[in-house]
Amino acid sequence: MLAHVFSKLQHTGALLKANVMLLLLTLSLFTVGAFAAENLPTASTMPWWGWVIALFVTCFFLGIVAVPSGVGGGVLFVPIVGGFFPFHLDFVRGAGLLVALASALAAGPSLLRGGLADLRLALPMAVLASASSIAGAMIGLAIPAAIVQIALGLTILGIVTLMALAKKSEFPEVGTPDKLSSALAMNGIYHDAARNEKINWHVHRTPLGLLLFVGIGFLAGLFGMGAGWANVPVLNLLMGAPLKVSAGTSSFILTLVDSSAAWIYLNKGAVLAIIAVPSVIGMMLGATIGAKLLHVLKASVVRKMVISLLLFAGLRALLKGLGIWV
Amino acid sequence: MNDKTSFISTEQQRYATWLSWGSRSGLAVLIVTFLGYVLSGLPARIPLEQMPTVWSLSTHDYLQKTGAPTGWHWLSLLGQGDFASLLGIAWLSGCSLLCLLAVMPIYAKRKDWVFVGLCVVALFVQLLAASGILTVGH
Repeated sequence: MLAHVFSKLQHTGALLKANVMLLLLTLSLFTVGAFAAENLPTASTMPWWGWVIALFVTCFFLGIVAVPSGVGGGVLFVPIVGGFFPFHLDFVRGAGLLVALASALAAGPSLLRGGLADLRLALPMAVLASASSIAGAMIGLAIPAAIVQIALGLTILGIVTLMALAKKSEFPEVGTPDKLSSALAMNGIYHDAARNEKINWHVHRTPLGLLLFVGIGFLAGLFGMGAGWANVPVLNLLMGAPLKVSAGTSSFILTLVDSSAAWIYLNKGAVLAIIAVPSVIGMMLGATIGAKLLHVLKASVVRKMVISLLLFAGLRALLKGLGIWV
Repeated sequence: MNDKTSFISTEQQRYATWLSWGSRSGLAVLIVTFLGYVLSGLPARIPLEQMPTVWSLSTHDYLQKTGAPTGWHWLSLLGQGDFASLLGIAWLSGCSLLCLLAVMPIYAKRKDWVFVGLCVVALFVQLLAASGILTVGH
């Protein structure tokens, strides 16, 4: 009895410690962000390596919170680094695509092998989204940065609303698969480790899903963000794929969508290794820690913190674009 | 193949294998070339100390000020640290091409022509994006 109480207390203690740590982490991100924003005019006084280290550390922390909150690193990266670092938004978006791409590539093989990403479900969506991401990237690089900032701010605020309101369904009810998904055999089986059983799934409303992926790809290319925040609701809530398959397939789709947009940024000269590489490495190291903390951290708490962080970054992008908080 | 993965299709297994090799080697190239750039003092077109004066410029202004290449011209500058690092980035961006090529024979053998076609279109889109023929500008 005593041992049970003691173990419960220990568990609660660990949970509390982890969540307090996370709270401090979020507060530091806010503080560092605001501090960096206030000091932008004197950015040139800081040596290059100071910015590179600051970028690496920021991405490391973003990587930690990205996994438990269920959002891609790219969604956090672009508004936060774009808002609070002295880099031009073109280079931030180029790096953002690579951050999202590298994370998706690292996760892709195990998701495919475990059946959580499905090639037959992903490929038709990825083809359309890749093509539209090229258009998004081209338009994003052709229009003035202030307009992209305003659009980014509005989109981030939209994502915040989506994250706060959208429901998720672990195993959505799908009556009869539509003709297109039947013809393409967009169905499958995966082993659900939590339930220790095989789950059969199929999808419906495929034509509408395909249409929405055209828009999602466009936004991914335009803002240089991964698009997991939009992929998952479309696959899960609209098309009826199980939540785990939706999340896994969404990540896999990004390997194709973000790579086509990344080529446009690379060819245009909008990728600076000094910004992109520390971001990719920092985010991936952070995500490794985040994945380990997944069992300790309370997902709902992390999610609320990330929503607050995004709300702040979205407002910052909007005000920066409007010239109010430069 | 254990019971938990027995229902994963052959093409999906093959795609995963190729993606795993592609992404791991790409990350290794990325890290090695970047460390060579910032630590070993490889010559760079734009010295690291001058980066803070150009990274706040728009791409258009940055290209004008530095004369940095666009398209695939960076390949001829691989001896310079800042462009050697782009090799890993291009590798990561291109590794899906090989995965798509690797699964096409499986679909073709099964006469799954729709998915052969989808792979061809996906390859075309990736190659079009990579080609550098799509130009944009402020």
